[in-house]
Formats: sequence, C-alpha cells, structure tokens
Amino acid sequence: MTAAQISALLPLLVLSGGIVVLLIVVAWLRSGAVAFLGALVVLAATIAVTPLALGAGTQDIDGLLEIDGYALFFHGLVAFAAVATAVLSYRYLKPRAAHAQEFYILLLVATLGAVVTAATDHFAGFLLGIEVLSISLYAMIAYPQEGRGPLEAAAKYLVLSGAGTSTMLFGMALIYVVTGTLEFVPAGEVGRNEQLLLAVGQAMLLIGVFFKLSLVPFHMWTPDVYQGAPAPVTGFVATVSKAAVFAVLMRYALAVGVVDAEVLRNVIVVVAVLSMIAGNFLALLQINIKRLLAYSSIAHMGYLLIAVVVAATPEVRSFGVETALVYLAGYVLMTLAAFGVVTVLSNADEDAEELTAYDGLFWRRPVLAAVLAAAALSLAGIPLTVGFIAKFYLVAAGVDGAAWILVWALIVGSAIGIYYYLRIVFAMTKRPEAETQAPPVAWEGVVSVVVLGASIIVLGVFPSPVVDFVRALGGP
Amino acid sequence: MILAVVLLLLVAGVLAWASERFVGANAPRVVSLLAFAVGLAWTISEWLGGPAATGLYAAQHIEWIPRFGISVALSMDGLSLLMVALTMFLGIIAVVSSWDEIESGHGFFQFNILWVMAGVVGVFTAMDLFLFFFFWEVMLIPMYFLIAIWGHENKGYASMKFFLFTQISGLLMLLAILALVFVHFRAGGEITFSYKDLLAADIDPGIAMWLMLGFFAAFATKLPSVPVHTWLPDAHTQAPTAGSVILAGILLKTGAYGLIRIAVPLFPEASLDFSFWAMLLGVVSILYGGFMAFSQSDFKRLVAYSSIAHMGFILIGVYAFNEVGLQGAVVTMVAHGFSTAALFMMAGALQHRLHTREMSRMGGLWVHAPRMGVMTLFFVVASVGMPGLGNFVGEFLALLGAFGKNVPLAVAATVGIVVAAVYGLYLMQRSFQGTPNPDVAAMPDFGARDMSVMILMAGALVWVGVYPQPVLDLAGATIATLMP
Repeated sequence: MTAAQISALLPLLVLSGGIVVLLIVVAWLRSGAVAFLGALVVLAATIAVTPLALGAGTQDIDGLLEIDGYALFFHGLVAFAAVATAVLSYRYLKPRAAHAQEFYILLLVATLGAVVTAATDHFAGFLLGIEVLSISLYAMIAYPQEGRGPLEAAAKYLVLSGAGTSTMLFGMALIYVVTGTLEFVPAGEVGRNEQLLLAVGQAMLLIGVFFKLSLVPFHMWTPDVYQGAPAPVTGFVATVSKAAVFAVLMRYALAVGVVDAEVLRNVIVVVAVLSMIAGNFLALLQINIKRLLAYSSIAHMGYLLIAVVVAATPEVRSFGVETALVYLAGYVLMTLAAFGVVTVLSNADEDAEELTAYDGLFWRRPVLAAVLAAAALSLAGIPLTVGFIAKFYLVAAGVDGAAWILVWALIVGSAIGIYYYLRIVFAMTKRPEAETQAPPVAWEGVVSVVVLGASIIVLGVFPSPVVDFVRALGGP
Repeated sequence: MILAVVLLLLVAGVLAWASERFVGANAPRVVSLLAFAVGLAWTISEWLGGPAATGLYAAQHIEWIPRFGISVALSMDGLSLLMVALTMFLGIIAVVSSWDEIESGHGFFQFNILWVMAGVVGVFTAMDLFLFFFFWEVMLIPMYFLIAIWGHENKGYASMKFFLFTQISGLLMLLAILALVFVHFRAGGEITFSYKDLLAADIDPGIAMWLMLGFFAAFATKLPSVPVHTWLPDAHTQAPTAGSVILAGILLKTGAYGLIRIAVPLFPEASLDFSFWAMLLGVVSILYGGFMAFSQSDFKRLVAYSSIAHMGFILIGVYAFNEVGLQGAVVTMVAHGFSTAALFMMAGALQHRLHTREMSRMGGLWVHAPRMGVMTLFFVVASVGMPGLGNFVGEFLALLGAFGKNVPLAVAATVGIVVAAVYGLYLMQRSFQGTPNPDVAAMPDFGARDMSVMILMAGALVWVGVYPQPVLDLAGATIATLMP
C-alpha cells in the first residue's frame, strides 16, 4: 500500500480506530459523558484529516473502495451530521436510557457504514457499508428503554430494510451472473438472454435502493419509522442513510450507465414523479411534524433523482453531480435543523411531535421558532435560504438536461409543498391565549440548531464557497 | 449606493426588532420612520442631482455567484427612481397609518414592513434576473407574516392564499428565467443572468412565446389580472392597515413594473403577438373588478376590488405598445398608489373606531367625523378618475394609447370609468352620507397626525393631476429606451 493510499484512507482509519479505542475506554469507564465526548473527538479528528486525504487525489483501494473527492465530500457531510446528532442526543437520551454509552459507539459505527457506502465502487463494499449502517440504525432507533414507539419503529425498519437489502442482494447476484465481476462496470456486449437477466438484476438493485431512499411506491415504512424513532435518530436516518445510499446510487448509475437503458430510465422517472407528487400530497394531511417531515423527505428524494437522470447525459454529467452534492448539503442542513428543533423541544416524557405543540412558539421561544421557520422555508425552497439555492440548481439542471417532465413535477410538487411548510410557520405565529412559562431546554441543543439555522441562511445568501468547493471535487 | 439603501432598510428592520426589547415599544416605529425618511431623502437628492451620461441616477455592480454569471447589479433610471420614491413615501405612510393599530409585537411588525420594502426597492432596481427573482421572493415572507400575525378574523386563509398564488406563479417565472438563460447559453453565449446581456439574446419565436408566458403569469398574478386575482380581495381585506397600504400601494406595482421592464422588452415579438389577449384581460379586469366592487358590502373589500379594475388600465396601457399607453400605465401606478393607500387607511381608521368594515353598520358618519368624510370624498373622487387629479391623467393616457391599438377594447374599457363612478359614489353614500346610523353613538375624528398624512397624499394627487410633466419626464426617458 502506497503512502498516497494510506493518506487517502486516513479519515476511514481514524474513524475505525477511534471506534475500537472508544469501545475499550467505555468498557472501563461506564460513563455517558465520556462516550459522548469521545465520539465528538473521533468525529472531529476524522473531519480534520479529510483535507489530507483530499490532497492525495483519487485512490483505488484494492478495487473495493474508491477514495475520491466525491467520497470525501460525503465523508465530511456524514461526519458533520453525526456531530450534530451526538450533540442533540446527549440531553435527549438522559431521561430515556440509563446507559447511553453504546449509543455513541453505534452512532460512530453507523457513520462508518455510511462513509464506506459512499466510497465504494464494488458490490461487496456496497453491501458491507449498507448493512453496517442499517444494523447500527436498528439499535439506535430502539435505544430508549420506555415506550412502544421506538421498539415498533425498529422492528418495522428491521423487517422492511431487510427486505430491501435482500432484493438488492438478489439483484447483485443476477448482475454478477452476466458480468462476472462485482465491480461497478458496464456489461459490455452480451446476448439477448443475458441482457434480460441484467435488466432484471439492475431493476431489483434499484428497487432495493428505492426502499432505502423511501421512494414511492416503496415508502410505506418511512412515516411510521420516523414517528416512532427518537427525534435525533430520526434526523440521522433522514440525512445520513439517505445521503450514503444516494451517493452509491449515483456512482453506480454513472459507472454502469443504468439511465442509458430506456426501460430503467423510465422506471426512475416514474418513481421520481410519483415520489414528488405523492410525498407532497400525503404530507398535506399530517398533523404530526415527524410524519410530515417523513413525507417531505420522500418528496425531496424524488427531487434529487432529477440529478441522477440528468447526469446520464454526457454534456450535463458534471453539472448533474454538482447539483446532487449541493442539494444534499442543503438537504442535510435543513433536515437536521428541523429535527434538531423537535429534539430540543421534546421533554422527558414524549417528543414534541404534534403540530399543536408548536402553536405560538414564536412568542415563547423566538430563537427556536426562527430556526424552525428557516428550516421549513428552506425545505420549501424560498430565497435567502440554502434550500432555494438547492432547488435553483435542480431546476437549472433539469432545464439544461431537458428533463421537462421531471421539472414540471418538481414545480407542482413544490407548489403543494409550500402549503404544509407554511402551516408549521403559521402555527408558530399564533398568539398564545395565556402566558405560559416555557420549560428550560438544553443549551447545547439550542447552540447546535442555531448554528444549523445560521448556516441555512448564510449559505443561502453566499452560496459561492460551497459551489466552488463542490466544483473542485469532481464527480465519481 | 443602491445596495446601501437596501441594506439600510434590512438593518433598520433588525434594529427595530431589537429596539423593542432594549429601548421600548415606541422605538421600532421611530426607527422605521427614520429609515424611510432617509431613503426618501436619498432618492430625492439623486433626482435633483440629475442622471449621469448613461441616463442612470445610480448604478452598482458586484460579483455574487460567478459560477452562474450572477451579480448584484443594481441601477436606477427614471422609472426605477419614480418607483423607489413612491416606495419610500408609502413606507412612511404605512408606518404612520398603523401607529396606534398594532397592539403587540411592534418590533417584529416594523421588521416585516422594512423587509418587504427592502425587497421592493431591490425589485425596482435589479439588473440581473436572478437578483430580481431573489428580491421578488424576499418581499413575500414578511408580507405573509404581516397578514398572518396582525390580520383580521380570517387571516390564516388569506395569508396562505396570498402566498400560494404568488409563490406558484413565481416558480413559473423561475422556470422561464432558467430556460431563457440556458437557451442563451446553448446558442453560444455564456451563462449569465444579466438583464442587459439577455436583452440581446436571440430566441426562437416558438420558445419565446412560452418564456414570455412564464413571466406574464408571475406579473399578472401580482398585478393582479383576472383570472388570477382571487387572492387579492382576501389578502387586502384581512391585512392590517399598513399591510393593505403596502400591498395596494407598492406590491401590485411590482407586477406592473415587471411587465414594463422585463416581460415586454425581453420578448417584444411574443408580447406583440400576445397583446390582444393581454388587453382583453385588462378590459375584463376593469369591468369585472368594477362590477364586483359594486356588489360588496365590506368597505375594504370594495376598495380591494376597485384595485383590480385600476390595474386593468395598466394592462391595456402597457400592451397598447405605444408611448402614450405606457406613460398612462406609469402615471396610473403612481396615482393609484396614493389614492388606494389613502382609502385603505380610511378603512383601517373606520375599523379601528367602529370595529366593523360592514357598510350596513355605517351611514351618515359625516356628522361625527367631518374631516374623515372630506378626505374620503376626495380620494373616492380621485379614484373614480375626476379630471385634475392623478388617476384621471393615467387612465386617460392609457385609454388614449389603447385607442390607437384596438378601438373596440378601448371603448369597452372606457365603460369601466362609468362603473367606477357608480361604485365610488355608492361607497361614499353608504358610509358617510345618508341617514346617520343610530348604532354609531359617536366616533373621534382624524387628529393632526392622520390629517397631515392625508393632506400629503392629496397634495401628491393634485400635483400629478395638474402638473404631471415631472412624472412623465422621469418615466419617458426610460420608456424611450424600452419601446420595442
């Protein structure tokens, strides 16, 4: 292994080494605070060494991993989301779990799984990463000791995500039969029967991915899991697992040319349109903010598929990748901010998940309300927020790639979406009938959501740094 | 300097919000008033200073997102200057008119007013289509809050409707902007959102029509024109007085400004092909708005519908495709800003005193409040289009322009003036004239503050009505460059 390969692997090595060290430390010191701080140190270290890895250029590690700018972007994004999740979980878990040490280790392992998923161009790495991620998530969802919700959500996630993985695995096997390799490579010239086999395999792989991305019609598990899972974990599921799976989908689609096949392209377009329309429509009916955000995330994943379809055209390829990265960065920020506010407002007994819990928040907690308003308006794609830049990118990419059906679906979907995002904002502006004393909230949670909210606004007004950074990374 | 003025309003908004907590409940109003006064003084000084050799009173260009050729390009020519001056003036009016109306949240209220106006100033001066869209949307959220928080009984419905209509039509405009940019890019140009560069873009006529319709949808919704007007009666009626003043006085004008500055110059041929339909929509708006106004029992709603009718004159003026018609549209924009803002202030003052907007619960109010009666009569007559006042000049020129383009439509639009007289006098009759309503015991008349604002606006209307030349000169210089 060359020095360049080692420096490219450094973020992954630091992360996995950190997990081992923390496991040992926690075995001696059964303290939640130590585990929490340890996890933060590990995450900070892995982010800190990422520039070194970027300097090493694209490195192929034994055919299993492909460490390039694209993979390292996701590494940074996922680690950032993990930091926010850890900070938000600390005070949230205290009344819910007597021993919270393992939670932070699970969080690190899930991060590792996500990072591997984003960095692989090989089916073995794909499966490995996605399973490490999912299995940690089951445990994280079921972590609180009390209440049926988390257990139910974890069981549901376990069964459905398992079904998704097995479909995917079957697909991989079929693809392997045709291509004879587990690497992401085009099949080349194959006979008619093999072609059919390959198409079926790729379709099954896509279905598995759609399950993980909770795209319509494979979305049924999403609202229940989002609702039942503890609020900070929901934020993690909504951002990290989505970003990682999307990263590998984009890598595979571009390497193999999935979208070039007419049938599969149509499948993706139909799934995207359905997700945008159905996700937004179903979100209209929700009175539970976690379920509402679940449906909204379905719609956002549908929007994001535009980038996959557009990137298949050679002239628009780099613009499509750039769009996906900018969009995901924005999506992660605003989704974390939204679930962050939900977490901070949750009390020891239950999550602040009913929409009525947000009535008059502007007058009780102006700062938290402002962050949630920024997140909601950003999700709706209103200017001054990063969500607008993200949506601007998608429409631009759609127009440039002449994906008119998808662009129209995006417009219609966003139009519907405005209604329910504004409902959150409107609920917060209601005048309280009586002056109530707001209970105290965790200061570190408030700080982290304020940072998230501020970055939504700052990147919405000055997007150039992120745009230039993403452009310099190059595609997968 | 223009950016500094926009920033002044934005920063003043934050200051106003903060000052409520740290200084007192009165401070936000003062901050807001000062900011608008400084803005107005700056605009007037630029006007008196005269334009540079380029015909611009002020201009600015800063790179923003070089990746897409987006820059903060702001410039102020005659038309922009006129609209910015109107914005600042009505800002002062809006603050004064809501001096006593708001009971809580003074800081956030003034914050929203200042941010709406910052967005409006940006729209009137942006020379980059991305920036234009950016400011177009910046106006939206604070206006939504103004209606949603301080509105009347049905504020949730009205604010949501306002937001949905504007946002959806805005999305169509965004699509049109992006399509225009990429058509230009594909044709060998560079990626740019600069208004000047795109003005020179050579677009296939078939595509141009679609793009023009995208812009037209957004501007016609904001204006509003039939059939996308339905948000307006609700939003205007439910908004607090300052909100109605801003909406009617300024926000509707951004739609008209967009037509004049963007939709027509960017797509002259497509607009010409479309002009019959646009004028038809204008005529329908005039007649329909007039008839609807006549059938209202709510004072504020009546004024709101009358706005739709007045905006119809702007539509026929712009699409008459001659200088006279455009001049008429611009004068109508200014005059309608004053007359309708004053009528909404009156509606707000009546609601404040009587706790109702229903005209059936008014009647003979002149007995109690002669000063209010006189001012209402003045502005009703102005709005009806009496010669010697601003609205007459605007509507006359718009009709004159339309006459040169399409006689039957111009004749039909003229009928609208008769309708206006009917609903205007009907409004006056039901509220201030007639037998005094026995349920109204007594009500305080206008004080010195209200009267001074009213007289200011009345003076402005007389000025535009008797000596419109300065307005025509200011707008004329721009119109000459925009005429296709």
